[in-house]
Amino acid sequence: MNWAEFFSMGGRGFYVWGSFGAFALAIVVEIVLLRARVKASRATGEQS
Amino acid sequence: MKIYKYASPSMFYPLAGRIWPVFAVIAAVLCTIGLYMGLFVAPVDFQQGEVYRIIFIHVGTCWMGMFIYLVMGFYGILALSFNTRISAMMMEALAPTGAMFTAIGLLTGALWGKPTWGTYWVWDARMTSTLILLFLYVGFIALTHAIEDKRRADKAGALLAIVGTVNIPIIYFSVTWWNTLHQGMTVTATAAPKAAPLMAWAMLIMALACWAYAIAVSLVRVRAIILEREAGAAWLGELKK
Repeated sequence: MNWAEFFSMGGRGFYVWGSFGAFALAIVVEIVLLRARVKASRATGEQS
Repeated sequence: MKIYKYASPSMFYPLAGRIWPVFAVIAAVLCTIGLYMGLFVAPVDFQQGEVYRIIFIHVGTCWMGMFIYLVMGFYGILALSFNTRISAMMMEALAPTGAMFTAIGLLTGALWGKPTWGTYWVWDARMTSTLILLFLYVGFIALTHAIEDKRRADKAGALLAIVGTVNIPIIYFSVTWWNTLHQGMTVTATAAPKAAPLMAWAMLIMALACWAYAIAVSLVRVRAIILEREAGAAWLGELKK
């Protein structure tokens, strides 16, 4: 398979990779924020 | 009635800690399989060409956006009728993930609409009702954070979650009730999917991956919420030993 062809998605690459990329980014952001919250909550729990 | 045991945060905290990694692994495996099938195995759509592949993200995220709200409504009923602390905590844990899925559903829909319909957005019944769903999630988060007293915040949030579930059947059936630009149902419980079997499978696997991800993330979040809310409780000291 030709990779350039694969990434161009028949000229609709912006829409296809925009969708997949936005979802991937949202998941990464959610996990980063969640990790921070877990860390902070552990600190609160430790204090008690 | 052993299950009631887990309605207590002290019992639920270690249970959630054991369960979430299982769902995280399931999500990663299903996502890998689903993406591989959707991007490499599934053939090009004869009408839309390659751009139809957005379906593998769009359908799963939209389903989860709707489903998580129903689960929140269910916990809302439990919270109001049995006053279980964990129900309110689960609502709080689910809302951000539900909002994320709904936002991605709307965004991927817009990115799909532009090349196929010629527009990012129309005030079509399904799209409008899905936007309302996003506002309900944001409203839930804002409302529960705006009220100082946690018990009152939980009650108000539960009420909003329960009342808001009215919107879910509206979204789901909007394509049959009204004449929408959005296409009709691709997959229904009663009829064979109107898509090639391989495409339908890739779509379902991606949806299941979203489901497993949502379970894993909300279990991790509910653990953080338990620690935040129960800080100072005796059982937390016991846990550390």
